[in-house]
Amino acid sequence: MSNEMNNPHQEITHPQAVAIPVPTGHETQVAEGHGIHHHEPFITKYIFSQDHKMISKQFLITGIIWATIGGFFSVLFRLQLGFPNDHFMWLHTIFGNWAPNGQFTPEAYYGLVTMHGTIMLFFVLTAGMSGTFANLLIPLQLGARDMASPFMNMLSYWIFFIASVVMFSSLFVSTGPFSGGWTAYPPLSALKDASPGSGTGGDLWLIAVLLFFISQIFAGINYISTILNMRTKGMSMSRMPLTIWGLLVTAILGLLSFPVVITGLVLLFFDKHLGTSFYLNSIYISGHALPNVGGSPILYQHLFWFMGHPEVYIVILPAMGIASEVIAINCRKPIFGYRGMVTAFFAICILAFLVWAHHMFVTGMNPYLGAFFVLLTLLIAVPSAIKVFNWIGTMWKGNIHLSVPCLFVIGFVSAFISGGLTGIWMANSAIDLDIHDTYFIIAHFHLVMGVASILGMCAGVYHWYPKMFGRKMNNTLGYIHFWITLVGAYLIFWPMHYEGLAGMPRRYYDYAAWHTFAPFEGVNTFISVVAIVVFIAQILFLFNFFYSIFKGRKETDPNPWKANTLEWTTPIHPGHGNWIGEIPEVYRWPYDYSKNGIDFIPQNVPLGPEEEIEVAKENQPQPV
Amino acid sequence: MWLAIAGICMFFAAFTSAYIVMESHSSWQDFKLPDMFWFSTAIIIISSFTMHLSVKSFKEHQMMRYKTLITVTALLGLLFLIGQGLGFSNMYSRGITIQWNLSAALIYIIVSAHMLHVLGGVIALFIIFARAYRRHTRTYDPVPVEVVATYWHFVDGLWIYLYIFFLLIK
Repeated sequence: MSNEMNNPHQEITHPQAVAIPVPTGHETQVAEGHGIHHHEPFITKYIFSQDHKMISKQFLITGIIWATIGGFFSVLFRLQLGFPNDHFMWLHTIFGNWAPNGQFTPEAYYGLVTMHGTIMLFFVLTAGMSGTFANLLIPLQLGARDMASPFMNMLSYWIFFIASVVMFSSLFVSTGPFSGGWTAYPPLSALKDASPGSGTGGDLWLIAVLLFFISQIFAGINYISTILNMRTKGMSMSRMPLTIWGLLVTAILGLLSFPVVITGLVLLFFDKHLGTSFYLNSIYISGHALPNVGGSPILYQHLFWFMGHPEVYIVILPAMGIASEVIAINCRKPIFGYRGMVTAFFAICILAFLVWAHHMFVTGMNPYLGAFFVLLTLLIAVPSAIKVFNWIGTMWKGNIHLSVPCLFVIGFVSAFISGGLTGIWMANSAIDLDIHDTYFIIAHFHLVMGVASILGMCAGVYHWYPKMFGRKMNNTLGYIHFWITLVGAYLIFWPMHYEGLAGMPRRYYDYAAWHTFAPFEGVNTFISVVAIVVFIAQILFLFNFFYSIFKGRKETDPNPWKANTLEWTTPIHPGHGNWIGEIPEVYRWPYDYSKNGIDFIPQNVPLGPEEEIEVAKENQPQPV
Repeated sequence: MWLAIAGICMFFAAFTSAYIVMESHSSWQDFKLPDMFWFSTAIIIISSFTMHLSVKSFKEHQMMRYKTLITVTALLGLLFLIGQGLGFSNMYSRGITIQWNLSAALIYIIVSAHMLHVLGGVIALFIIFARAYRRHTRTYDPVPVEVVATYWHFVDGLWIYLYIFFLLIK
C-alpha cells in the first residue's frame, strides 16, 4: 500500500506546507487524486474495497436504503393507526395477504412495527451511523492512511451486508417477518407457535441480528485500535476532534455490550430449536402445557437491556460528536468546554452500563434495587446537560452561519433537549410504573434518540458530502428538507406525550374498543398525515443525495467549510492513502477559530511566534 | 487483540451471570462434572507452558525448537478439544442431555462456546505453524507469534476461570 502512495509523488508539495487559508490549486490535485487509482479494477474499487472511504459510502448507502424501507414501514402502520376504519385497496394490490380488504392484518401490523424498530435502530442508526462516519472520519481526521486492519473493515461491511440480505429476505416469508417487537422478548420469540412471525421470520431475524452484532464488534475493534495507534505525529489524544472522541466511546460501548446480547440471543436460539428452557417456565399453548420448566424470561430482559441501553448511546454519541464539530465550524468559535465534552462522553459511557434495569421497573423487581437504577439514571442528566450547555455556549455570541448542516445541528440540540427532559420524568420508577409502555415512552425515545440522531446524521451527510463525493448537494432542497423534517418531527411526537399521559398503550392495533381513547382519534389521524408528509420530504433528500453524486455542482475548494481538521487538507478526490506525499503533522487542537483575529487556523499549521510565547507562559511553573 | 479479549470477557461474563441467576431457581439440578474435564484442564495448562517456551525460543531465533514447540502446542490444543468432547459424551451417556435440566444445558453451551474460541486459537496456531515451515521466509518479527500467544494464554485462563466457577458454585 505504501509504495503506490509514496513513490510517484514525493516531489510534489503537499498541503501541509501551505500557509494558512490559501488552498493549493485544485486542478493539479484532482489530476493526482485520479492518478493514484488509475489501474484499480471495478470489483476491488467499488465492491470488495478495502479503502475506508469506499466502505464508508457503502455503509451510508446501505443505511439510506434501510432508512427508506424502515421509514416506509412506519408510514404503513401509521395508516392503520390514523385511519383504523378505512380500506385502502392499493395496499391489497401491493401487499396481497398482508392487507386483505385494504387493511393490514394484526399480524402484518406487528411485523411492520417490529421491522421498523429493528431496521431503524440497528441497521440505520448503528451500522449506518457509526459505519459511515467512523470509517470516513477516523483515518481522515487523525491523519492515517487507512484503518488499522482494512481487511477486517471490509469483512465487517460484508457481514453486515449478509445480515441485511437475511433480514430483507424475512420480509418475503409466507408467514410474515418476525413480529414480536424489536426487543424480541421470550416467550413470544422463543416459541415457534406463539405467533405466525415467530416461526421462520423469527429465525431469520435472529440470524440477521446475530450477524449484525458480529459485524459491529469487528468494526468496533478496528475503530478503537485505529484511534489508539494510528494518529499522525502531533495528534495527541487531547488534540483529537470531538467527532473522534464520540466515535471512540461509541466503539467502546459496542465492544462491551454486544457480546452480552449475543449470549442472550444464543440462549434464545437454544430455547427455540434445541428444547432447552432458559427463558421458558410452565407455559400453556392452546390448552397444552409445554414441558419446559425452570427458565426465566426476565433473564433475557437483563441480557438484552444490558446491550439495549448502551445501544441508545451508540446511536446518539456519534451524532453528538458530529454536532460538536459542525457547530464550532459554523459559529466560527472554538468549541465551548472541550475537556468537559470529553469527560461527559466518558461519564455517559460508564453510566450507560449501570442503568439497564430502568427498562424493567415493571418486571416486579425489588423497589430498593429500582431506587439505585433511578439514581444512576438521573445522573445521566448531568453529562447530557453539560453537553447541551456547551453546544449552546458555543453558539452564544458566535458568528453563526446558518448553513444546512448547522441548521440540522441546531435541530439536533433542540430535539435532544425536548426528548431528554422527559427522560428525567420516566427515570423515576414511580412515574415510570404509570407511563410504562404508553405513547409517552414512544415520544421520549423517538425525540431524544431517533429524531436527534437522524438530524445529527443528516448534518454529517450534508457537511462531509463534498469530502465523500467531491460534489455539493443542493442547498435549497436541503433547507426544505430540514424545515419539514424538524417541524414534522415535533408535530408527530409532541401529541404523543399527551396520549401517553392519558394512558394510551403502545403496540395496540386498534383503539376502537376503549372509550377512554376515543378523543385521540383525531390526533392519531393528524399524526399519520404529518408522518406521510415528512416521509415525502425525505424523498427530496434521497433525490438530492443520489442526483448530486452524479450531477451535483463540482466542489472546487478543498476546504469548503473553512474547517481546521485534517480531512480538508487532502485533495478533493483523495486516493486510497488520503494524502499525497507525507501525512501532515499536527501542531494544535482542532478548534482554533477566530483566534488572534484569524478566522481559522488548520491543525497542521505550526504555532506562530506569539502563540509560542503564550504556550511558554502557560507552561511556566506557577508561584506557590 | 486486547480489545477482542475484552469483548470475549463480556460474552462469558454474561454466560456466567446467567448461570448464577438460573442456579437459584427451584428446579435447578446439580450433577457431577465428568472427570475428563480435569484431564483437559491439565492439557491446556501444559499447552500454555509450551506456548510460552515457543515464544521464548522464537525471540532467541532458535527456529527448530520454536517449530517443535508450536507443533506441540497446537496438538495439545486439539487434545484439549478431544478431551472436552469425551467429557460431553460421558455426560450424554449418563443421560444428562441438553434438555435434561438447565444446569446441563448451560454447561453444554458455555463449554462449547469456549471450545469454539480454543478452536480459533488452534487455527491461528496452524497458520503461524504453516508460516514457520514455509521455505524462503526468514522473518524474525515476533508480533504475530506474540499475539497468538496472548490469545492462547487468554483462552487457557478463561477455561481455568470457568472450571473453577463450575466447581465452586455447586
